Amino acid sequence: MRVVEKREILSAEEIDRTLQRLAHEIVEKSGGTKNLALIGVRRRGVPLSQRLARTIFGFSKVDIPVGTLDITLYRDDLSTVAPQPVVQSTEISFPVDDRDLVVVDDVLYTGRTIRAAMNGLFDLGRPRRIRLCVLIDRGHRELPIEASFIGQSVQTSDTEIIEVRLREIDNEERVMLVERVS
Amino acid sequence: MLQHFEDLLGIETLTREQITFILDQSKPFQEFQRHPLKKLATLRGKTVALAFFEPSTRTRISFATAAARLGADTMNLQAESSSLKKGESLLDTVRTLEAMRPDGIVIRHSSSGAADFVAERLETPVLNAGDGTHEHPTQGLLDALTIRDRLGKLDGLNVTILGDILHSRVARSNIHLLSRFGARITLCGPAMWVPRELECLAPNIRREPRIEKALKEADVIIVLRVQTERIHEPALAAEEYILGYQLTGERLRLAREGAPVLHPGPMIRGLEIDPDVADGPQSCVLEQVTNGLAVRMALLYHLVGGAPADAPHPAKERSHAAD
Repeated sequence: MRVVEKREILSAEEIDRTLQRLAHEIVEKSGGTKNLALIGVRRRGVPLSQRLARTIFGFSKVDIPVGTLDITLYRDDLSTVAPQPVVQSTEISFPVDDRDLVVVDDVLYTGRTIRAAMNGLFDLGRPRRIRLCVLIDRGHRELPIEASFIGQSVQTSDTEIIEVRLREIDNEERVMLVERVS
Repeated sequence: MLQHFEDLLGIETLTREQITFILDQSKPFQEFQRHPLKKLATLRGKTVALAFFEPSTRTRISFATAAARLGADTMNLQAESSSLKKGESLLDTVRTLEAMRPDGIVIRHSSSGAADFVAERLETPVLNAGDGTHEHPTQGLLDALTIRDRLGKLDGLNVTILGDILHSRVARSNIHLLSRFGARITLCGPAMWVPRELECLAPNIRREPRIEKALKEADVIIVLRVQTERIHEPALAAEEYILGYQLTGERLRLAREGAPVLHPGPMIRGLEIDPDVADGPQSCVLEQVTNGLAVRMALLYHLVGGAPADAPHPAKERSHAAD
């Protein structure tokens, strides 16, 4: 499969500004930081959730708990793939019971990843509320799932791919719209 | 894919990379044992056949629990009640099991090589849960995971194995596994249970009949059960064994400070191990049991889950569907 880059959706600076806004929105819509916790979905939701927590600490001086969720064991396509995807660790060191959770991921697409993430969280306890924060919402949902906090909504076609590149993982920082050609 | 394999028959045929992969994959499942809700749907709709031609309690329960926690169903065949008693051959029995379309077969048998024999003849993935005196690979893996957790590494350890090495499949799996990581292994026990041939299993194996010498500088001590049911020789008097080979607190002090003590169970307190050592801080016996679940869940996930290896990879058709 070959891909061609079509355009840049967000620059490094725009990603930073977007996260600043999302951090403020999360605190504002939650009426403060009480009971709030962020859950980053592997892989790129993890650095995003950590950056959001740092930003929230910056203006509120409150250290909100951040956890990492691996959704591999909850995927709905496991019986159709071979070999099995590698399982990674889920690191949530606080009880999720009665927490106000915000799940953080880079791109919202079919909604299946978020369905899996919610199943994973329910196995850990009974959160009071779960909301979703994504950097990019690209549409094409296959499940009735929507995000509460959206960095940017982007119109895309089936053959297009949103590539989020973050410095913690990819050594570069931008969001690209690319297209599959083959 | 580097780590891909279809059956788990023994440690001897695994590479260092494959072993590391299985141990790394066991880590998330270790964490999972602490979850309040210990039930996944990952292997929902899959069936694991537990074919135990030799009595077993802990390994069978461990595999059954691992399968249940992944959401798989199990079919149980136990030696005591099986058609083996009526004279059916091993091959006919496992073919009958396979005709019920399980997605994996876990086999325990008193004959060395039974798991290989079955795996060669069946399409279904086979996991060896102990074959005769040959191998007990999941025990070897869970021991390695326990050691790696306690010491933070597996490389270049001095490992002392005490007891009936000759009849122990656990010892063989441990020797093959730890040798992949450059272990120097000392075997210690009554001469009839530690024959010279064992030195050929791997490089850097030495035999040392004196327990005091065998324990010196040991980073890890593996105590084996005295298997009374496997003894064909005129049995050694228990008092003699205790005097010569029991792991006591005093003897344990000869090893490196804090050296973990492993025992595959069931343990006979007061025979091969002193109760104070068995309950002491260096004992890993219960960690081994919990780690057994994690290792077996990881193996079942990779061997029983998923489509056959030659099935088309759906990600190739709809790649990036996950973003």
